[in-house]
Amino acid sequence: MNTSLIELRGVGKRFSGIRALDDVSLAVRRGEIHCLAGENGSGKSTIIKIMSGVYQPDEGEILIDGTAVKHLTPVESVRHGIQVIYQDFSLFGNLTVAENLALNSFLRERRRLVSWRAVRALGRRALDRLGVDIDLDAEVGALPTSAKQLVAIARALMSDARLIIMDEPTTALTRNEVERLMTITHAIQRDGIAVLFVSHKMREMLEISETLTVMRNGRVVVEGPIVDFDEASITRHMTGHDVSTAIYSRTHDAGLAPRLEAKGMTVPGAVEGVDLSLRPGDIVGLSGLIGSGRTELALALFGMRPDHGGEIRIDGKPVSLRSVADAIRHRIAYVPEDRLTEGLFLTQSVQRNILASSLDRITRGLVVDRSRAEASTSEMIEAMQIAAPSGTTLVGNLSGGNQQRVVLARWLLTEARILILNGPTVGVDVGSKAEIHRIIRDLAVKRGLAVLMISDDVPELLGNCNEVILMHRGRFVERYAAGAATEDVLTDRLRTLS
Amino acid sequence: MPISFLRRPEAIVVVVLAIAMIGIGVVNPAFWSLDNQFGLLRSNVVIGIMALGVLLVMISGGIDVSFPAFAVAAMYLTVKGMIQFDYTGVALPFFAATVIGLLLGGFNAFCIRAFRMIPLIVTLGTASVVRGLLLGLVGTSTINVDKMPPQLIDFGKTDLVNLTLADGSRYGLTAMILIYAALALAIHLALRYTLIGRSLYAFGGAPEAAARVGFDTRKTLFFAYCTAGALAGFAGLLHASMIWLANPRDFVGFELDVIAAVVLGGASIFGGKGSVPGTLLGVFLLVMIKNSLIIMHIDTTWQQVVVGLVIIGATTLTAWRDRKRVA
Repeated sequence: MNTSLIELRGVGKRFSGIRALDDVSLAVRRGEIHCLAGENGSGKSTIIKIMSGVYQPDEGEILIDGTAVKHLTPVESVRHGIQVIYQDFSLFGNLTVAENLALNSFLRERRRLVSWRAVRALGRRALDRLGVDIDLDAEVGALPTSAKQLVAIARALMSDARLIIMDEPTTALTRNEVERLMTITHAIQRDGIAVLFVSHKMREMLEISETLTVMRNGRVVVEGPIVDFDEASITRHMTGHDVSTAIYSRTHDAGLAPRLEAKGMTVPGAVEGVDLSLRPGDIVGLSGLIGSGRTELALALFGMRPDHGGEIRIDGKPVSLRSVADAIRHRIAYVPEDRLTEGLFLTQSVQRNILASSLDRITRGLVVDRSRAEASTSEMIEAMQIAAPSGTTLVGNLSGGNQQRVVLARWLLTEARILILNGPTVGVDVGSKAEIHRIIRDLAVKRGLAVLMISDDVPELLGNCNEVILMHRGRFVERYAAGAATEDVLTDRLRTLS
Repeated sequence: MPISFLRRPEAIVVVVLAIAMIGIGVVNPAFWSLDNQFGLLRSNVVIGIMALGVLLVMISGGIDVSFPAFAVAAMYLTVKGMIQFDYTGVALPFFAATVIGLLLGGFNAFCIRAFRMIPLIVTLGTASVVRGLLLGLVGTSTINVDKMPPQLIDFGKTDLVNLTLADGSRYGLTAMILIYAALALAIHLALRYTLIGRSLYAFGGAPEAAARVGFDTRKTLFFAYCTAGALAGFAGLLHASMIWLANPRDFVGFELDVIAAVVLGGASIFGGKGSVPGTLLGVFLLVMIKNSLIIMHIDTTWQQVVVGLVIIGATTLTAWRDRKRVA
């Protein structure tokens, strides 16, 4: 076997006394596609920063091409051909594609003057090498995320990269764009360049990587060729325990009267007349491409699209949902897609966030009943297993999974009976994800909530819903009962819609 | 007009400028007289040179409100010095004024970099300190035309062309416009064709990414603020030589006019965007509007209202443009 391109041997790193990395050994061979997996906080980012020379390890050594490197600086790391593509791409949105691609070369050559002919030539060469066609004169800020990523990759290749580290490269991409990224990654590999994917998305790891390293709590827990793993085993290594993947099926009486019944729902420009029925204990999944009308349907049910048409009944009685206040009065709760901008006050405490929608209920006269507030929030924190030191912790300091639980807790406190979830586990790591799924199922079974779950995550839908609906151009085009569809069927059907 | 021209940010200014010129010309036909046009160009010189400096700072994502204070300090100190030492040259004083401005600008950059301070706060502070020190330590009295070094006045009087009006009064186009043009060209070339110039755009667009890519961002920051200071110092002395007096309380409220002109010229207050041609047009437009208000005998207090509205209008327009591009 040839020597590794970069190898970490027994590397340890502490931050103010806390161990971020403990005796980590990791080798990336020339030209291989290696995946580094782990939950948030497992030490993945620290590894990236050590390989790129941003952090110096406290113990252990770094070998590049088999030779120990004493003090790896960012400049040296680049000179050894190591390029990192961060999640934010580090591109200049105000400059053109060509200039973004050319700047690195100019800086490396320590040029003082800029020839615009050279800028264009370098840009053209970079894009040609990647085999993609992007307008060289376009401003990068105006490009879609997937194109920005391609520019970032092209730029990395221009710096004579031998190893490209991609930090969570698929987070903001659609299914088709992920596939294109995979194709390009293989093309890069054919040029003899190694790629280190840092990700917590399992499907993609299995599809593309050759070698897998799994980290947990700052240690490498397992390493080996990808063929030795499957989704379940990766999850087990990442979380340290088995995550249940049993399919949710209804044990309730099928003849139950619907909690929510919508007939001929329309939203101008988005929803073209759909019928939806949710019974207590139902978890109905709704998927479709962006622009299929799924989010608009959810917003209409939550009173945020007063221009909607159709008839809505709750427990058999016709209701009018023309405002959020209407929806809350009818005990409908909505957890938005982007919880960070729409659903949470990051600079406020867990307690205040949980109480935000129930303040009128715990208010006596003009003042908030403090003891009741304390009691109901600490009960919620426990019930939802929110990992926060106390109710006064700021929500901004919690992990994604815990933040999502805070949003759920808030709505449960309003004694919601209909729960609409939009992308409930986007950006949440595997362990928290399973926990959130368990909570949602519990709510449906024990409290008899009717749940509408909008998601792009096919395994999530199949595992947790007793019915999955596909939406396209404002209509329901497909309905699958629990267990009636496999992942491949659903994925293929979604692909044909695009 | 080709579409590519209309897409350029300067296009809006050109269109607005054309409409404004036609409008003003209709109200006041004297506007188009050569006499008035020469006067307008003359009024562009000092504010324009300062605007070039502010443009650099704004592209880098910062803001500078200290340059009028630096200009007045450089001007007053240099003139005082010339009188003190009975110096008779012109080149050295201009060099001295430029260096004074440059050093003060360097102090701005140092504070912003070393203490990670917001440029607005730093430059507000340095402006106040410099003005205070000047009046407290150097002097408060205006140096009038009788005391001004004559060679400075002669230099400021240099005309490119000299014409006589029908009533016998003479008018000309000041040669200072050449200095302005040369500086504008130099800054334009620096921004467009040097790596330090491009680093301003990169730093203004994404400071974190600029550092990661390998730009020396400290150099970028010092370049922006030192050049702004140097241009202000130079413009300050030029101003004194053109109006034949040195007033240590001069340039009050100038920062708003200059910033308005730069924003009007398409620079983004969020950084990363702006150009010399746009700035030249923005300066011309602002000077023309103010000049026309004077000709129409509109009170100076109302001119402030106009400048304020121009700032709000122009920033709204550029912000709207940037947002639309992102969407």
